[in-house]
Amino acid sequence: MITYIIRRLLLVPFLLFGVTVLIFAMLQLLTPVERASLYTRDLPKNEKALEGFIKIYGLDRPLYEQYWRWLVGVRDPQTGERRGGILFGDFGWSRTGSQPVAQLIAQRFPNTVDLTLWAVAPVILVGIWLGVQAAVHHNGWIDQAGRIFSIIGTSFPTFVFGLLVLMAFYAKLGWFPPGRVSDWANAVINSPSFHPYTRLLTIDALLNGRLDVFLDALRHMFLPILTLSYINWATFLRVTRSSMLETLRQEYVTTARAKGLPERDVIYKHARPNAMIPVVTLAGFSVVGLLGGVVITETVFNYPGIGSAAAAAASQLDVVTTLGFALFNGFILIVANLVVDVLYAYIDPRVRLS
Amino acid sequence: MPENTVPSADNALLSETVSLRKIGRLERILGPENYRLLKGLLRTPASILGFSLIGLFILIALLAPVLAPPLNPNDPYKIPRDGFSAEPRPMFSEWRRNAPPLPFWWKTVFHSDQWVHILGTAQGQYDVYYGIIWGTRTAFKTGLIVVFSTFLIGVIIGSISAYYGGIVDNVIMRIVDVMLTLPFILAALIMAAVLTPRIGRSLLPSLIALITFGWMGYARIIRGDILSIKERDYVLAARVIGVKDSRILFRHILPNAIFPTLVLASLAIGDVVLSFAALSFLGIGTDIGYADWGQVLSFARNWITSLDRYWYIVIWPGLTLVLFVMGWNLVGDAFRDVLDPRMRGKI
Repeated sequence: MITYIIRRLLLVPFLLFGVTVLIFAMLQLLTPVERASLYTRDLPKNEKALEGFIKIYGLDRPLYEQYWRWLVGVRDPQTGERRGGILFGDFGWSRTGSQPVAQLIAQRFPNTVDLTLWAVAPVILVGIWLGVQAAVHHNGWIDQAGRIFSIIGTSFPTFVFGLLVLMAFYAKLGWFPPGRVSDWANAVINSPSFHPYTRLLTIDALLNGRLDVFLDALRHMFLPILTLSYINWATFLRVTRSSMLETLRQEYVTTARAKGLPERDVIYKHARPNAMIPVVTLAGFSVVGLLGGVVITETVFNYPGIGSAAAAAASQLDVVTTLGFALFNGFILIVANLVVDVLYAYIDPRVRLS
Repeated sequence: MPENTVPSADNALLSETVSLRKIGRLERILGPENYRLLKGLLRTPASILGFSLIGLFILIALLAPVLAPPLNPNDPYKIPRDGFSAEPRPMFSEWRRNAPPLPFWWKTVFHSDQWVHILGTAQGQYDVYYGIIWGTRTAFKTGLIVVFSTFLIGVIIGSISAYYGGIVDNVIMRIVDVMLTLPFILAALIMAAVLTPRIGRSLLPSLIALITFGWMGYARIIRGDILSIKERDYVLAARVIGVKDSRILFRHILPNAIFPTLVLASLAIGDVVLSFAALSFLGIGTDIGYADWGQVLSFARNWITSLDRYWYIVIWPGLTLVLFVMGWNLVGDAFRDVLDPRMRGKI
C-alpha cells in the first residue's frame, strides 16, 4: 500500500506540470497583445508603448522563456512589483469580471463548495440506494423502472432538464427561484452585522442565527441540486446495481444464505460492503466533478459558482479569465483525485494488503 | 463417395458439434464473432426502438428541404426571421414577413396557402420548426465529423502507443492522462473560446474543440485491445517470417482489434451532438440564428420567468434533442450488452 501511495504521489507533480503546459499551449493561440492581460489591467494605448510593454514582459520571447515568466511572473521595471506568476496565485486580469482573476475565483468558489456540500447526500446516497434496490429485486418492477429511468436520465441533456424544471417550479409554481438568494436576503448578507465566518452562505447564515437567510439560500439551491441528482442517479444506479448483482453471485453469499442468515443480513452486512468498492470511486469522482464547478447546471440556474463564471467569460471570449478558471480547476481536480485514489486504496482490501 | 457430404443423422455427436446452418455472405465477411454482435443488436426491443428513432432523424435530415423549404437555397442553415421583435410568438401564428416558400404538402394537408410558424417563434422571431428541421442536418454533420476524426486520431495514436510500447507508450499515455484531467465540457469550452477570435464564428471552433479533447478514450481502448492481440500466435508468426512492422499493425492486428471500438465510436454520435448543443447553448460557436438545436434552446435563457407562457420554445427543441440522444443510447446499451462475455449465448 505504501508503494502504491508513493507511486501515486509521484504522479502529482507530473500532472501539475502537464496541465500548466496544456493551458500555456492554449494561451499561445492568443496574440501577444491579448496575452498582456496576464500581467496588467490597463494596456498602454499607443502602438509604441504597447511594443515596449510586450518587450518588457517578454511576450515575444521563445516559448520556454515565456512559460517560465508565466509561472513566476515578471518584475515591473519601475516599481519592482511582481506582475503575474501563476505559482504565486496571480492569474492575470479579468476583462469581463473587472477584477483580478484570482479574486474572481475566490469570490465564486465558496458558492460552488456550498452547492457541492448540499448536493452530495441526495446525489450519492439516493443513487446508491436506488442501485441496491434494483439489484435486490433483480428483474422485478423496481429494477425495470430503474432501467427505464436510467435510459431517460442519461439521454436528458442537463440544460433541457434544467429549463423544464425551471418552467414547472419557477415560472408556473413560483416555488424555487434561480440565482443565489433573494434581494432581501442579499441585503442581510451585505449588512455589517452579518459575519462571513466560513464564506459558505448556508453555514454562515446558521452561525449568524439567520434561519430565514439559510432557508432562502436552500430554496435557491433546490433546483440545481434536483438537476444534479437526476443526471447522476442514472450512473450511480447502474454501477451500484451491476456491482451488487456481481457480489450477490459470489459463493460466500450463497454460504451465508445456506447457513440460514436472514436475507436482510446477507444483503446489507455481507454483500453490500463489498459491492460498494467501485461505487466509492465513482462517488469520489462525482464529488470532485461537483467541486470543479458544474458549468452547464450553474449557467442554467444562474448560480454564481466557478462553472458559470467560466462559461460567462468564455462566451464573451475572455480567454485569460477562462484559462485562469481552467488552471484552478485542474489543480483542484489533481489534488482531489489523489485523495480519492488513496481513500480507494484504503477501502479495497486487495490494494490495501498488497 | 463425395467428400463434403453432410454428416448422417445417426452421427449424433457430430451433428451437435458441427454447425449445419448455412453461413451467409455477411457472416463470412464479418467473421462469426462480429456477426454475432450484429445479430444480437438487431434483436432486442430497446435497440429496435433506438434504430427507429435514428432512422426517423435520418429521414428528417434527408427531407429537410421538403419539410422546411429554405428562404435562400444557398444558405439554408440560416433560420428565417419573421421580424425582429423580442417576444416569442405562439404555435401556428401567421408568418408575416420574410416567409420562405410554402412546402408543397402544406396546401393539401391544411387547405390554406398561408405559411405559419408551426412550432412558434423564439426570441428575435426565429422560427422554431425551421431550426429543428435544419438543425437535424447540423447534428448529423457535426456528429459524423467529430466521431470520424476522434476515432481516426484515437486509433492512430493508440496503435502507435501499443505497438511500439516502452518509452513511446509511456509518453503518449501520460499526455492522455493530462488531457483527461480537465472536465471535457470545460476544456472544449475554453478551446472553442480561444479559437473563435482566430477563425470566426462558425461550426469550426466547436468542432475542433470537441475533436481536440475527444480522442483520448479511443486511444486507450485501442491500445488495450492491441496489447492483447499483439501476443497472439499469428502475430508472432508474421514477425518470424519478417513482415514489416507497419504491415503487421495495419493488416494483422488492427482489423482484429477495431470492430467493437468502431461500433462504440459510431454510437457516440448522440453524445457528441449533446456536447455540441451544450456549447451552443452556452453561447459558443455558431453565429446567432444558425440552425442548431443548442442555439434554438439558448433563446429560452432570457425568458425563464415566463417559460410557462412560452413553453414551446423549450419543449420542442428539448424533446428533439432528448429523442435523438436516446436513440443512440438505446442502441449503445444493447451493444454493450451483446459485447459482455457473460451474456454470450443469451442473446
